[in-house]
Amino acid sequence: MDRVAVVGASMTQFGQRDEWILDLLTEAGQAAMADAGIAGPDVDHLYVSNMASGEFEGQTGVANALAQDLNAVPAYTARVDQTSSSGGAGVYQAWQSVASGASDLTLLVGGEKMTHRTTGESTDVIASLTHPAEYKHGVTLPSFAGLTARKYLTRYDAPRESLGKVAVKNHRNGVDNPNAQFRTEVDLETVLDSPVVADPLRLYDFCPVTDGSAALVFCSESVAREYADDYAVVSGVAGATDTHVVHERSDPTTMGGVVESGEAAFEMAGLAPGDVDVAELHDMFTILEFLQFEDLGFAEKGEGWRAVDEGRTARSGDLPINTSGGLKSKGHPLGASGVAQVHEVYEQLTGGAGPRQVDDPSVGLACNVGGFGNCVITTVLEEAGA
Amino acid sequence: MSMDAMRYTDGTVTYPPHPVGPEGGEPLETVDLSEYEATVVTWTVSTATPPGVRAPNALAIVEFDVEGESVRAIGGLVEGAEATVAIGDTVRPVHVDELRDPDAGIREPASQSWDGYRFEPV
Repeated sequence: MDRVAVVGASMTQFGQRDEWILDLLTEAGQAAMADAGIAGPDVDHLYVSNMASGEFEGQTGVANALAQDLNAVPAYTARVDQTSSSGGAGVYQAWQSVASGASDLTLLVGGEKMTHRTTGESTDVIASLTHPAEYKHGVTLPSFAGLTARKYLTRYDAPRESLGKVAVKNHRNGVDNPNAQFRTEVDLETVLDSPVVADPLRLYDFCPVTDGSAALVFCSESVAREYADDYAVVSGVAGATDTHVVHERSDPTTMGGVVESGEAAFEMAGLAPGDVDVAELHDMFTILEFLQFEDLGFAEKGEGWRAVDEGRTARSGDLPINTSGGLKSKGHPLGASGVAQVHEVYEQLTGGAGPRQVDDPSVGLACNVGGFGNCVITTVLEEAGA
Repeated sequence: MSMDAMRYTDGTVTYPPHPVGPEGGEPLETVDLSEYEATVVTWTVSTATPPGVRAPNALAIVEFDVEGESVRAIGGLVEGAEATVAIGDTVRPVHVDELRDPDAGIREPASQSWDGYRFEPV
């Protein structure tokens, strides 16, 4: 089967932006099209990953509006919503469109505009994805992180400092990402002394509220060289769900959707966890980096914290995690995040990551988590010619 | 007033009830968890709460033993319980008339006028 290639990528500046959602999407879409050397009329399918433009901004219909503003009419278009994993779901949708033969050239744009809302309002928009049996108690996504972190640290006798080291590492990586929301290093003491948000987790264990957009261009590998000298191949992609009611899971420290989507993506790619050279994990909360590291098979359950403790996941380590700065430092514009993860892996595989570049990676992985592991997309990418 | 879980035809029990059980069983009968005690699986104190939610908001995931079947639930801890609660502690559900302010937040007020249960250490 002809594989699906990524031949262009972009991301906007993440952070507090003055533009509304449609302008953010347009900025990233135009940049990715320029990167691939294509114009609007070349686009067959246009997917827009976005969780909640209606709830945040009162703006619906963004996919169709974007199709016109990118001069892509009459391209087929649809909005892809899978909460925090909307971006990954868009990657899956874009892959399907090309792999099926329905589209010769697909543009995926993910974005979210959030910072005009207060933190409480943004938290509520996101919390509204939870089951009413959870939401009625005032449960938020950060509170799930606190519940899970306490269980993890207690059960596996992991030091609280190990979570702080995730924040320190990802902030360090963000310094070298010009599009990151935060480009400042933090030290462990600052993380451990920051205000409590969901005990035992503190402010620096959480990603910020962010505006931003990212985009990718997909086509068949057989024609990839028409658009780019260097490209990446989506060799495995899969999505899976876990119980929507988080407390019904038998093990609170395992995300079944990560396990299932990871296994399926590796099987499709014909690869194993040990083949991965660089990965972007969904560090919406520091504890999530440990859970995904384990549930993807990079470490045994309960041992993932040791990798950051020993520096293995630093940029100089044997498996660099979140070289982009991760959601933690780069920021987390919900619908953009899964797209931006693949953007970073693409840059790493094509040698375009600048000061963040790791040494000649050939296999990369992105894991995008929706809800609190309620839905997950795992994507495996390889360098061209692999 | 009751804290209704669902027992399915295959013996499994969930809270909240679902149209089908985790192993595929059909709904059989409700089980009132307010008549049982539970064990704290984990807990947190959330300080960044959304509009309409008490601050701070202490929350716990607890596990009931319903005639040998494990049934988990999430809920708030009663005021002040966070000062002493620990994983493994025994708690019991106590009824609360209003869990959050239905006139605040993103949901329609009519969709979120909720009473319910919080957990009190035994």
